[in-house]
Order: sequence, then structure tokens, then C-alpha cells
Amino acid sequence: MATRPTDISLTPTRAARTSRWFVLQYKMAPYLFVSPFLILFFTFGAYPIVKSLILAFYATNGPKSAVFVGLENFRFLLSDSDFHKAVWNTAVFAFWSVFLQLPLSLGLALLLNSRWVRGRELLRLAFFSPNLLGQVFVGVLFSVLFIPQYGLVNRFLHFVAGVPLDTKWLANPNLVMPALVLTSLWMYVGFNMIYFLAALQAVDKDLYEAATVDGANAWHQFWAVTLPGIKPVAVFVLVMSTIGSFQLFELPWIMLNNSAGPDQAGLTIVMYLYQTGFVTGDLGYASTVGWTLALGVLMISLFQMRVTGAWKGGD
Amino acid sequence: MSIFHRIVRFVVNLFLLAFAALTLTPMVWLLAATLKSPDDLFSYTFFAPRISTFNFRDLFSTVPFHRYMINSIFVASTMVVVQLFFSSLAGFALAKYEFKGKKPIMILMLSTMMLPSQVLMAPLYELIYRMGLVDSYAGLVVPGAVSVFGIFLFRQSILQVPDELLHAARIDGCSEFRIYWDIVMPVSRPMIGAFCLISFMGTWNSFLWPQIILHKTERFTLPIALNQLVGLYQQQYGTLMAGTFLSVLPVIILFMLLQKEFIAGLTAGAVKG
Repeated sequence: MATRPTDISLTPTRAARTSRWFVLQYKMAPYLFVSPFLILFFTFGAYPIVKSLILAFYATNGPKSAVFVGLENFRFLLSDSDFHKAVWNTAVFAFWSVFLQLPLSLGLALLLNSRWVRGRELLRLAFFSPNLLGQVFVGVLFSVLFIPQYGLVNRFLHFVAGVPLDTKWLANPNLVMPALVLTSLWMYVGFNMIYFLAALQAVDKDLYEAATVDGANAWHQFWAVTLPGIKPVAVFVLVMSTIGSFQLFELPWIMLNNSAGPDQAGLTIVMYLYQTGFVTGDLGYASTVGWTLALGVLMISLFQMRVTGAWKGGD
Repeated sequence: MSIFHRIVRFVVNLFLLAFAALTLTPMVWLLAATLKSPDDLFSYTFFAPRISTFNFRDLFSTVPFHRYMINSIFVASTMVVVQLFFSSLAGFALAKYEFKGKKPIMILMLSTMMLPSQVLMAPLYELIYRMGLVDSYAGLVVPGAVSVFGIFLFRQSILQVPDELLHAARIDGCSEFRIYWDIVMPVSRPMIGAFCLISFMGTWNSFLWPQIILHKTERFTLPIALNQLVGLYQQQYGTLMAGTFLSVLPVIILFMLLQKEFIAGLTAGAVKG
């Protein structure tokens, strides 16, 4: 039987061979396409995650030496006044920047979205533009703007509100945080505004008409139509800007000239992580600080999503 | 239109204009400051009475600023190309194929987005150190060569490409990679523009990781170089402003070119909810 080489059912035609290759490459394609991500993820994502969990239980001196210390790092963390200071500063910054940023961004977005405004494209660009500059460049610029006597900030505030010209924003422990909040406000209000604006434009126009027919005034419409309509985006912006605030590093680091500032008034959690890990060289303790930050951020985000009801009623 | 509406409209417009002016002032001052002589820098006039190129000359004579500029352009462009390729490829796979393990991969991606990147910095540094990549651009680019945010962005936009288009191509004998290259990528052009800008800005402005990895001065990218300049020549504010201005200029130019796509890309994920 095997001596029938002309039987076409035994030797696949060219078309059949090609189609088999086609099916195979169709089946393999998705795996090949995600493989660079997976390889990179396991090497530079999953491995460091596991490793940093382990490192959190070691005392290290640079990348070479490591001594197992058990829970010592965590015990030290609880009594480490520098770490407490960093957590407190970061929380204060996050509170104020989110608390001031979101209403201001939403307000600007509402105004820009109203039909009374002219040149909204240009205004939108103007408000967004500070976000193009990275934190480092903003930090350098504002460290000059905050200079006493000559700096633009003091001159402006002196002119508007009579603030003394020699106000030393970055040398006075009580003024470091306001200066940082002010700078981040300048940087990020327009960024959040873009999100609110996009959300506002996606709200169904018919709902407003229906509300008008029902006799709802502008205030009622805002509460009954606008706010529910933009809620998913509002929660997104709230969570993202809180996470961002907790990762604050470059802005104070640059503005305070590579330091935590007077009386460590600008010390943030990430700055402390950087100092312990890469200035002092204790990568183990830095990992402990890092995981505490990660857990804190996770808990706050989950809390925010829960309180704002983002989990209810599907996605 | 009633008089009341006119007044409201006027006040709203005035307020927005004032707020826009307040927002733009620091940047206009930066631009003006670069062209002032050191004596005029803090003068009460906003713009220099006479234009001086001192700051730029001083900048290039004290540090090899052109070198930092080239380094930054090289690192950022490499990052953009690599991230664009890997992220869009994975985004395409997750949007248009059904395969085992797809769901776990999506969950994996979501959970990494929640983790602050600084948590991984210590072990990542250790790994890069052992790979011998400290003080190299590979140590900068390779760990960030794929962007989870980018994968999501491309998945969202590629979902909207009709399946019929891809099937038609398959019937004509088009391989899967060519479908990606010749059909999906050209169709996703707006998203590519958005992603390029987001990725470019991210790399261009990044400070912490390059600061950890790069030690040799001649390898510095702009943010680290500028930070070093702050420490070295604290009194030369004009020079500092010239450096800042030149550092942000490329991003601003790129933004002007890709502005529409950029904002569409930023809000693509959020508004869908």
C-alpha cells in the first residue's frame, strides 16, 4: 500500500501545507505577540517584586552584602521618627493638593464647557501647558520663582496681598509645604481639568433637555445629571492624583536643592526611600519603606473607591 | 440675551482669562529670563530692556549641554520606538485573539499598574548591577521597554478595528504579523501619535531611575544634568533658566505637533469608565 506515491490523499498539496502553516501561525501569534511583555514583566517586574519582599527582611550595605535580620526593619520602621515625618509630610501634601486640585479642576472644566466661553481651545491649552514640563524642570523654575526679595511669587503676593517681600518659602519649615502644594497646583490643575472636560462632553445632552422640561434649574441639573454622569472619571482622577501625590519626590528634591529642606519639612516617603536605599546604601530597609508605601497607597485607593461607590453597579 | 446673562458671560470670560494669564506667567517669565543679562534678571520690567545671549553662552561654556541634549534625545527616542513596538504588539494580541492565559495576563497587568514603581527600585538596581548594566543606556531602557499603560491604550483602540478586515486579509493569505504591521498599525495612527508623545514625555522628564543608574557625567540626561547645574552654580540663575528653557523646548514643540492625538489618548481609558 505504501507504494502509491501518486495518491494525493497521502502527499499534502501545496495549498494544504500552506493552510496548515497558516493555522499554526494563527494559533501561535498571540503568544508570540505578548511574549516580549511577559519576558520583561517576569524579569523586571515579578522578580523584583519577590526580591524586594525578601530584601525587606535583610539589612544591606550596597547591592552586594545582605544580612538576614527578620522583622528588625519593620520594628525599626515603627519607631523611626524620620519615617514618621516622611509619612506625615506626604499625607499633608496629598490631602492639600487633592483637596484644592479637584474642585479647582472641575470648576475650570465646568466654566470651559459652558457656551459662554470664547476661545476654549486656546484656554484649554493654556491651562494644560504646565504639565508638559517635568517635575525636575518645574522644580528648577520654581526654586528661582520662590527666591525672597526678587522672586516672582513674592512680588506677586506682595502686590496682591501685602505678603512681605523677604518671605523665605524654601528656607522656612512652615512654608515649605505650602510652596510645594502651590507648585503642584500650578502643574496639575490643567491636567485634571482635561479629564473632567472629556467627561463633561460625554454626558448625554438629552438628559439636560429632559431635566429642563421637568423644570430643574442649573444647580439641580448639576447634582442630578452632571455629577452622576462624570462620577467614574471623578473617581479615576481622585484615585490617580492621590497615588501621584504619595509618589512625590522630584519636586521637593529639586526645589530644596537635593535635600529634605529645613527641619526635613519637605521629606517625602519616596525621598526617604531614595535616601536610605541609594545614599545610605541600605537596600533592605528601603524595600521595607517601599512596601509600606505600596500597602498604604493600595489601602487608600480601595477606601476611596469604596466610599465614592465606584464598586457598586458594575463598571 | 438679557443683561444678566451678558454680565455673567463677561465675568466668566474675564476670570478664565485671568486664570490663564496666571498659569502662563511662570513660563513667559522663563522665556524672558533666558534673554536677560545677569544684572537685569530680577529687574522690575518683565522683558529685558536689552536682549542678551549671555545665559546661553555661559550655559554651553560651563557644561557640555549639547551632549546632554543628544543623550536625552537618544534615550527618549529609543524608548519610544521600543515601547511602541512591544506595547502595540501585546495590545493587538489582547484585543483580537482568544487564547489560553489571556485573562490572567490582563489581571497581571492591572495589578502592576496599582503598584508604585519605587517599591521595585532597590531590587531592580541590584539586578541591573549584577547584569553589569549600571552606567549604561541599556540599564535605562530595557527595564522599561514595555509599557502596561501603552498595552491598555492600544488594546482599547484596536478593539474597534472590525474583525472582517482582519479575516479578509487572512483569506488573501496575509500572515498574522503582516496583519499587525500592514493593517492594524496604519489604522491606529492617532493612538500611535498619542502614545509616542506620552512615552517621550515620560522618558524625557524621568529623573529618579536615571539618577540611580547613570554615574558618568558624559552619559547624563537633561534632568540629571540640570539638577547638577543647580548644585554647581547656584548663583547663576540666568544660566539655569537657559538650561531649563532648552530642556523643555523639545517637548513643547512635539506637543504642538501632536496636541489633538495626545489629549484623545490621555482620556481614552478614563472616559470609557
